[in-house]
Amino acid sequence: MNRRDFIKIGSGGAAGAALLGGLTTDWYGSYENKLENPDTDGERIVPSFCELCFWKCGILAHVKDGRITKIKGNPKHPLSRGRLCPRGAGGTGLLYDPDRLKQPMVRVGKNGMQNFEAVSWDTALDEVADKFEMIRQRYGPEALALYYHGFGANWMKHLFKAYGSPNIAAPSYAQCRGPRDVGFDLTFGSIVGSPEIIDMQNSRCITLIGSHLGENMHNTQVQDFATAIRDGADLIVVDPRYSVAASKAKYWLPIKPGTDIALLLAWMHVLVDEGLYDKEYIDNYAYGFDQLKEHVKPFSPEWAYPRTGIEPELIRRTAHLMAGARPASFIHPGRHVTWMGDDTQRSRAIAIVNALLGSWGRKGGFYIPSQLELPKYKYPGYLPPGRQAADRPNASSFPLGDKVLAQGVCNATIPGLAEYDLKGWMVYGSNLPTTLPDPKTTYEAIQKLDFLVTIEVLPAEIAGWSDVVLPEATYLERCDELHNPNYREPYVAVRQEVVPPMYESKPGWWIAKELGNRMGLPEFFPWENSEEYGMARIKEAGLDCDTLQKDGVILGKPEPLYFEEGAAPDFYTNTGKIELYSTRLAEHNFDPIPVFTPPEEAPDGYYRLLFGRTPTHTFGRTTNNRLLSEVYKENHVWVNRGVALKWGLKDGQRVYLQNQDGVKSTFTLPVKVTNRIRPEAVFLVHGYGRKAKLLSFVYGKGVDSAELVTRYKVDPIMGGTGMNVNFVTFIPADEESANPGGHADASTENKEVTT
Amino acid sequence: MSEPRYAMVIDTKTCVGCSACVIGCKTENDTPDGYTRDWIVTETRGTFPDLSMTITSQRCNHCEDAPCVRACPTGASHYADGGQVKVSRNKCTGCKACISACPYGARYLHPETRTVDKCTFCYHRIAEGLTTTSCQEICPTTSIVFGDLNDPDSEVVDLLARRKYFTLRPDAGTEPQVYYLI
Repeated sequence: MNRRDFIKIGSGGAAGAALLGGLTTDWYGSYENKLENPDTDGERIVPSFCELCFWKCGILAHVKDGRITKIKGNPKHPLSRGRLCPRGAGGTGLLYDPDRLKQPMVRVGKNGMQNFEAVSWDTALDEVADKFEMIRQRYGPEALALYYHGFGANWMKHLFKAYGSPNIAAPSYAQCRGPRDVGFDLTFGSIVGSPEIIDMQNSRCITLIGSHLGENMHNTQVQDFATAIRDGADLIVVDPRYSVAASKAKYWLPIKPGTDIALLLAWMHVLVDEGLYDKEYIDNYAYGFDQLKEHVKPFSPEWAYPRTGIEPELIRRTAHLMAGARPASFIHPGRHVTWMGDDTQRSRAIAIVNALLGSWGRKGGFYIPSQLELPKYKYPGYLPPGRQAADRPNASSFPLGDKVLAQGVCNATIPGLAEYDLKGWMVYGSNLPTTLPDPKTTYEAIQKLDFLVTIEVLPAEIAGWSDVVLPEATYLERCDELHNPNYREPYVAVRQEVVPPMYESKPGWWIAKELGNRMGLPEFFPWENSEEYGMARIKEAGLDCDTLQKDGVILGKPEPLYFEEGAAPDFYTNTGKIELYSTRLAEHNFDPIPVFTPPEEAPDGYYRLLFGRTPTHTFGRTTNNRLLSEVYKENHVWVNRGVALKWGLKDGQRVYLQNQDGVKSTFTLPVKVTNRIRPEAVFLVHGYGRKAKLLSFVYGKGVDSAELVTRYKVDPIMGGTGMNVNFVTFIPADEESANPGGHADASTENKEVTT
Repeated sequence: MSEPRYAMVIDTKTCVGCSACVIGCKTENDTPDGYTRDWIVTETRGTFPDLSMTITSQRCNHCEDAPCVRACPTGASHYADGGQVKVSRNKCTGCKACISACPYGARYLHPETRTVDKCTFCYHRIAEGLTTTSCQEICPTTSIVFGDLNDPDSEVVDLLARRKYFTLRPDAGTEPQVYYLI
């Protein structure tokens, strides 16, 4: 007899009955309510800092079984204070993106077809170094340009400086923050930088102009914004769109796009005319008040009303509100400010109102930042480049532009447009076809290049145009340069390798060092790796490496933040004062005090194209991130309800957008019929309508705003590209032309009740 | 001290609807692709330019009188020791009666376990002695506060005493325990 026979349950008989007798009514399980634990806590928790955007918040990455399970905010880091924005929490969506570049690739031509061939790192790097050497010999090192975005680019910038090229360009200047920094520098002799030196949490009145905090999720800034709201600060929001910030505001000023300078002049008029400005502060620190007073005389709220669409009473009331709270009152300088081509002057106007409010260097206004002193690594000095950057038509163009213009580098690649022609590009983390305005020129320039190498994590469009593609490790897989920004609390933070690089990807420092060695520049890469480099600097500063690596951050000694606390009222301008009247602008024959130029009106049936952010994405850098896309998968075009009625557009209906130059969007997107935008304008989130098929998730979803920006207005002062000068119309799409897999907002619900 | 009665208070005045709570929850609780335990609802009223907007971060309301618990035929949906509504996977048959019963759409069938899943008020964290849920921990605007209504010194009690609030679907008679400050 077998020790154990198979018993057929339910077959009847004594055995079956006995077995059933042992069960109770909960045949499906036990009585116990088990504790369900998702078990996502890490066996190791590694501090580092984020790169889902460029704010650089401190993170704690949990690692379990070799995988990162979750990312939390580092409580010790001053930029996260233990909290994160959704993007920071969604970093694993980048790390584990199945579409990542996995190995080096080179372009090969076979039988008239071009293809990428996977190659070894040695082959790829030899190819890059050979081409760079060829360009150096034939055209000089200046003929090679670097485009970059992101903190990891420091290694590439170093490589290019050692190589001898001045053409190092970040689109974050001329396509984003540049005009603001120049405008504030002209006025206060300092820039507001990043993180912006705004003392928001102590403010009593915050004024935003087109700045959509809350949709633009710079973590600390939004934390401070919430603190201010919680503490009862008043909020004034100027935006043609009823933004999230506008919904929190005491006053929403739905301004006609492009007329902000008129509003700002009217505010100056009220502050000066009614004597509401900070007289003592202006007397002590400012230059040119009399000229300003004379200048703003005609610009009454009544003058501004027909230009801006904002009623005079509302202009006065808001001026009173901001003046009543001064000096704990400021107008936010904004961040992406390249709108109309007169952006430096608008930033100047914002800076002047801030000066009248006495807010620079004051609690609740702008604080004076400090930086933790960190000695530079001792390299041999860079030789000065043989020629100036080729980014502008001639030496006198854009005289106050103090950084290389990204669109100018592109133009200089088309032969004959600059003082010399550019022949090769390295592109690091900057997807030029969706970053620069007028993509046609970008493609034209790319065709003129002898050589294009891209260093990227994802197969963005620019990779497809490259001769060599180098797959970089993500920020979670590499140790980078140290970060010690100008901030309210001086600190230094470290980015550490949380998990080893996946596939054959390599960290940027390694790529730069390997190229440097091949290009005959080994003396610029004497360190073994980035960790050794960073720790050498930390030791040199007399700080403790172990503490930094364990905590992710070391705090420095706080310095006085405000003039009243002893911060020095130093203004690095020509006059050593806050320049209400700009002597430098006068020297260069620009308006020394801002004037208003009316924007161009839309052609009939067209609407001004505005674009911006959604909190879960950093434009095209994250739109392929499947985790973040659980919240926002595809952009919509916001259309005013009245306009939609006129066009017969229904909410969710798919359309193409076509601009004033007849350029039609490649893909379609759903219409968002809304009361939340002025009739003259439409709005979409930047970073969709991607054409790179290898971005298999986001490919074809929504519309790329950049492809519709065929026109731009260059800021004559510093060369920024105003991009809100395009107009679009709607072409309803039939069912068949709907996008592949397009579907908006899985875990987000938007209800609108029109009353 | 009395039994805890856990609740959540969310400040709609400061919440910007960024969805950090959603992504933070997804990674903390390892929810399946395509499913989230919390979500953002934006409700706009009025006509341009006279508008108002309310943003709410929503999740299971851990109702005092929970229709899901009443609907559950197996006892899988139950009240835990702090009043939280929980689902025991070992008892859940995936019949979805609770999904139909919930007026908040807070529940979904987990595609792998085939059992019902939803917000637990981060029971596993609280059981380990932590005092915050993951959505609260990550929230950049500090808009989410979890705590014990039976503890007179708790922040949730203080907030509900000082501030005006609303709950979702009070008409459903469920006694929801997620409160929204206005």
